[in-house]
Amino acid sequence: MANGFFTDTTLCIGCKACEVACKQWNQLPADGYEFTGNSYDNTVALGGTTWRHVAFIEQAAPLDRPPTENKWLMMSDVCKHCTYAGCLEACPTGAIVRNEFDDVYIQPDVCNGCGYCVPSCPFGVVDLIAHADYTEGRKFESDGRSHDDATQTAGGVAGKCTLCYDRQKVGFTPACAKACPTESIQFGDVDELRARAKRRVAQLEARGVHSYLYGVGEDWSVGDLNAFFLLTDRPGAYNLPERPVLPSTHQPAGYTSAALAAAALALAGFAIFRRA
Amino acid sequence: MPGLGTSFGRGGATTYVQDLQNADCILIEGSNFAECHPVAFRFVMKAKERGAKIIHVDPRYTRTSAVADLYAPIRSGTDIVFLGALIGWLLENERYFKEYVVAYTNASFIVGEAFGDTEDLDGLFSGFIDVPADGRGGASGGPAPGTYDVSSWQFETEQVARADGNGTVAVPKRDETLAHPRCVINVLRRHFARYTPELLEDVCGTPRETFLEIANLLADNSGRERTTAFAYAVGWTQHTVGVQYIRTAAILQMLLGNMGRPGGGIMALRGHANIQGATDIPTLYDLLPGYLPMPSALREEQTLAQYLKNATKPTGWWSNTPKYVVSLLKAYYGDAATPENDFCYDYLPQIVGDHSTLPTQIAMKDGNVKGYFVIGQNPASSGLNAELARAALERLEWMVVVDAYETETAAFWRREGADPARIGTELFFIPSAVVLEKDGSMTNTNRLLQWHDRALEPAGDARSDLYIIHQLGLRLKKLYAASTDQKDRGLRALVWDYTSEDPHERALEEPSALKVLNEISGYLVEPGKAPSECAQVAGFAQLKDDGSTASGCWIYSGVTPDKQTNRARNRKGDDVAALDWGFAWPANRRMLYNRASADPAGKPWSERKKYIYWDEAARKWAGPDVPDFPVDKPPGAAAKPGAGGLDAHSGSDPFIMQAEGRAQLFVAGALKDGPLPAHYEPLESVVRNLVYRQQSNPTLRQWDRDDNRYNPPQSPDFPYVLTTYRLTEQSGIMTRYVPWLAELQPALFAEIDPELAVAKFVRNGDWVTISTLVGELEARALVSGRMRPLRLGKGQRVHQIGIPYNYGPLGHSSGDAVGDLVSLAMDPNVSIHEAKTISCNLRAGRRASYRSGEVDRDVPPEQRTLRGEARAHGRDGGGGPS
Repeated sequence: MANGFFTDTTLCIGCKACEVACKQWNQLPADGYEFTGNSYDNTVALGGTTWRHVAFIEQAAPLDRPPTENKWLMMSDVCKHCTYAGCLEACPTGAIVRNEFDDVYIQPDVCNGCGYCVPSCPFGVVDLIAHADYTEGRKFESDGRSHDDATQTAGGVAGKCTLCYDRQKVGFTPACAKACPTESIQFGDVDELRARAKRRVAQLEARGVHSYLYGVGEDWSVGDLNAFFLLTDRPGAYNLPERPVLPSTHQPAGYTSAALAAAALALAGFAIFRRA
Repeated sequence: MPGLGTSFGRGGATTYVQDLQNADCILIEGSNFAECHPVAFRFVMKAKERGAKIIHVDPRYTRTSAVADLYAPIRSGTDIVFLGALIGWLLENERYFKEYVVAYTNASFIVGEAFGDTEDLDGLFSGFIDVPADGRGGASGGPAPGTYDVSSWQFETEQVARADGNGTVAVPKRDETLAHPRCVINVLRRHFARYTPELLEDVCGTPRETFLEIANLLADNSGRERTTAFAYAVGWTQHTVGVQYIRTAAILQMLLGNMGRPGGGIMALRGHANIQGATDIPTLYDLLPGYLPMPSALREEQTLAQYLKNATKPTGWWSNTPKYVVSLLKAYYGDAATPENDFCYDYLPQIVGDHSTLPTQIAMKDGNVKGYFVIGQNPASSGLNAELARAALERLEWMVVVDAYETETAAFWRREGADPARIGTELFFIPSAVVLEKDGSMTNTNRLLQWHDRALEPAGDARSDLYIIHQLGLRLKKLYAASTDQKDRGLRALVWDYTSEDPHERALEEPSALKVLNEISGYLVEPGKAPSECAQVAGFAQLKDDGSTASGCWIYSGVTPDKQTNRARNRKGDDVAALDWGFAWPANRRMLYNRASADPAGKPWSERKKYIYWDEAARKWAGPDVPDFPVDKPPGAAAKPGAGGLDAHSGSDPFIMQAEGRAQLFVAGALKDGPLPAHYEPLESVVRNLVYRQQSNPTLRQWDRDDNRYNPPQSPDFPYVLTTYRLTEQSGIMTRYVPWLAELQPALFAEIDPELAVAKFVRNGDWVTISTLVGELEARALVSGRMRPLRLGKGQRVHQIGIPYNYGPLGHSSGDAVGDLVSLAMDPNVSIHEAKTISCNLRAGRRASYRSGEVDRDVPPEQRTLRGEARAHGRDGGGGPS
C-alpha cells in the first residue's frame, strides 16, 4: 500500500499550521528571523530543517479591474515522495529508502552527510542540516515522544519530510494533515486520494474554476508523486518545475557520449601517433 | 455587546460557528475571519463547498478575501454607510422579509412625537445636551462629553386592559399595517433614505456595481427558503461608533429575517480563547457576573431594593433579575448574607464614573492610581497610546505583573529612553503557569464552556492564576480578620472555600478549579454547611431571590448540575448542534432566538430551513437544539398584558429577553449615541463627513492633552488612513518567544500600495516611519498590489496603510508597538477604543530613537523619587497621595 498527501490549494487559507505542526512534532529548530518582504512568506523554501513551506503568490488585478479579481495563491509545499526519487538514486550509503508505506525516508543514523542527494532532487526539497542548528542552547529532548531515537534528526545529515513515518507506524495521521483546519492537506491511500482529487477537479470545473493535478498521470521520469497537488495556475507560478527530471535519466546519454568521445579520441590517437 | 444586547436581548454571538456551514451566503465584514479564526473558518469553507457565496468587505485584500467569492474594498471607518445603504436599498426595493419583520420585530411600533431624527437635526438626534461649538463632540480638554437625554426616544403608548382584569397597563402603540408615518419601519425609511449607492461610492470608495451585487446576493439568499449569516469581529467594534456598527448589522439581519434561523444569525467572532468568559464572569468594571449591572453611586441605588428596581424589567426574562442578584450575593458572602441585611448588598463597591481601561490609564499617568495588578495583559505594548501607558507605570507606587513571560509591561523600567534610576515603582513579577499547566475552563465565541485538565506541572516557581488569587484572598482575609473598618466587611464575610480534595493538589496548596465551577453553577444553600457540602442546582430556573440558592454566575448555571457531572467536560460531537460537546450558556442552547426559525404558527418557514418547530402531538417545541422559548408554550398563546415575565409575551414573540418580546429595529433609549445608527467619521478622519454636518460621534469620549494629541481631521500633515489588525502567525509576547511562530512573521511591517510607495521613494523591504501626533513607529515596507488607493467623493483619493498589532520590542520577532501611534478615544457605550481608523503620515527611513531619560520628560520630580526617600506609600510623610 502507498500512503501520501493530496494538497488541495483551493482550500488553503495560508495559516501555516502545517509548518508549525511539522516543526513541533519533529522538534526542528527555527531557521532564523529574517524578514524577506516576499508577501507573507518568510520561510521561502524547503530545507534541512523546514519540511513544510507555505508559498504565497500575489497576483494583483490591474487597477482598472475590480479588486475582487485579485488572486493570492497559497500552497503548502512538501517533499513529493516521488515514485522514482532522485535523492534515493543518488544516495551512496543506502540511507534513503522506500519504507513500507512507499514513502521516501532518510535514515538519519545511516546518512553520512555527503550531500549527493541535494542536487539530485528536481524540486529542491532535501538539504543538509547544519551542525550549527544543534549547538548548545537548542535542546531537543527525545523523551515524551512515542518513537525510537533513530528517527531523531541531528546536525550534519540530510533532512526532509518523513511523511511522519513514526506517526504512521502507530496509525496516526501526519502532523501537518492533522493540524490543517480546512483539510487542504489530506492524507491517505494514494489511489484513493487520486480518485478523490479527480472528482474535485471536476467539481471545481463545474463551478467555473479551472484546476489540474500536479503529479498524477504524468509522463515524467520521476513518475507520479505520492504527495501531489491540485493547482490553479501553471507550475512555474508556484516555483515548481514544469517538467521535473530524474537526474539518472541523463546517464544513458552521458555514458553514450562518454563512450563515443572515448572512441573518437582513440581513433584520433591512432591517426596522430601511428608510425608513418 | 450592547449592539446585539439591545437589538436582540443578549450580548453575544447569536449562533455557533458550526452552523455557518448551513448558510447560503456569508457576509464577512469587520473581520479577517480566515486569518484570525482559522479553525472556525473551516465551516465557512464547508459552506462554500455546499455552494454558499462568501462575501468579504475589508479595507485590505487579505487571506480571507483570497478564498471569498466576492471582495469589496471599503474605507476603514465607513461601514455604517455601507450597511446603511443596504438597509435603504432593501426598504426602497421592498426586498425585506415582510412577514418575519412584522411578526418578530418592533417595525410596527409607533415612535413618540417628540422624537427628532438626524434628518431633522442635521446629524443629531433629539435631546442632545451640551451642543458642541466645533462640531467634534465634547468640551475640549474636559471629561464631560456631549450627552443625550433619551426621553424623546420612546414609543407612543396606549392603555390596554390588563389580563387579570385589574385596570389597564401602558404598552407601545402599534400599526400592523405599517402605514403610520411614525411607525418604526417608516422612521427607518426616512432615516436611511440618504444612504444611497452614490453616497456609498463617495464615502466608502466602494464601486456601486459591487454594492449592488452584494445587495442582490443578500436579498436573493434570505427569506423562507434561504438564509444569510453575518460574521464580524473587532474591525467593527473598535471605533468610536463601534456599537452602532453592530446595530446597523442587526437591523439588516432583522429586515432580511435571518435571526434565529439555521445558516443565519450574527456570528460575533470573539478573539482569544476566553474573551467571552472574561465578559461573562466579567473583568469589566461596570458589570457583575452574568451581565448584571454593577451598583453605581451615580444612580439612586444605595439599597438592594432600589438596585433591583433599577435593574429589573417587569416583562421579559430579565424580570428574574432579583433571583440572580441575590444568588450571587449568597455565593459571595455565604451565611453572612441574610434578608435582614439586604444579603450584604452594601458590601459591594459602587462605581463613581467610568473606570474602564482608558480613563484608568489617564488617571494612572496623572498619579492618581497607587497600585496595579496586571494579569495576562500587556498594556505597555498592546495598549493604546502605548507610550502613555508605559509612562503611567512610572507613576505607580507598586505593580504586580502575573505572566508566563517577561512582558514589555514587566520590563517598562528598562525600555528605550527610560532611566531606571529615576523610577520609583516597586515591581513584583510572579511567574504564571500556561494553559496546559492548570485546570480550568474556557468559554469561546460559541458561548461554549470547555474544561481542560492540567497536563503537566508548571516549571520553577510558576503557579496557576487560581493559586495566586486564592492565596491573595486567604492572606487578605487573615490580615483583615480583626478589622472593625466598614470597608473590610466584604473581605471578612467572603466565602473562600476552594481547598482541593485531591491529595496531590492539597500538598501544593493548589485550589480546586472544579469547586469554583460548582459555585458558579450554583447550589442549594444549607446554613452552616460549606458550599462543597451542598447539593447543586439543576439550572438557573431553580434560582430564588430568598437566599435559599447561591450562584456565582447565573448564565452558567447548569454546567455542573450535580457534584458528579461536569458538562464542560462532555466530548461527544455530531454534525448538527453537538449538544453533548461542552456546555453553552444559556442552558446549553447553541443558537439563540431559535423560536424565530418557525413562523408565528410554529411551522418552519420552509422544510429546507427547519430547526425548532412546534410538535403538536407532544405539545412542545422540538428540534436539534434547546428551544430558546418556554418549551411547552404553544405558538398561539395570547399575550397577557400586565402579567410579569414571559406571560406578557405571546406564543410568537421569540426574543424573550426583550421587554416586548420583539427584536428592536429602533432601540428606545438604551444606547448613549442614538436609537438608530448614523454615520459619523472617526475622530482622526482624513475627510469631512459627507453624510451630516456633525463630523464625529457627538457623544464620544476624548482627552485633549499634550500626551494624547489627536491628528486634526483632514489635516494635510496626516493624509493617510491607518488601520491595524492581527496576523494568524502571531498573538503578542506569548508567541514572539516561540521560535516556530516568530520565524513565520519575524518583523513588523507596513502594507503599502505601490503608488504610495513610488511617491515616497520606498521600495519593498525598506524601512519606513509612520507618524501621528502621539508617536512614531518604524516598520519594513511590504509593498503590495493587494492595497489600493480609494477614490472618494469630490475627487479625493485616499491611501490606506495597514500595520499589524502583534509586535513589541521583546521576543525573537520584535518591532515597535503600533499602539504607540493611537491616541485614546472611546465610544460612549462600552468605552471601547478607536484602533481601527486613525490618520498618519509616512516617510522613508528609520525613526529617531530615545536616549536614556528622554522619554516622558514631563514626569514631575516628586513622582520620580525612589522608595526609601520621601515616598513610602504616603504614610511616612512627603510626596505621593496618601
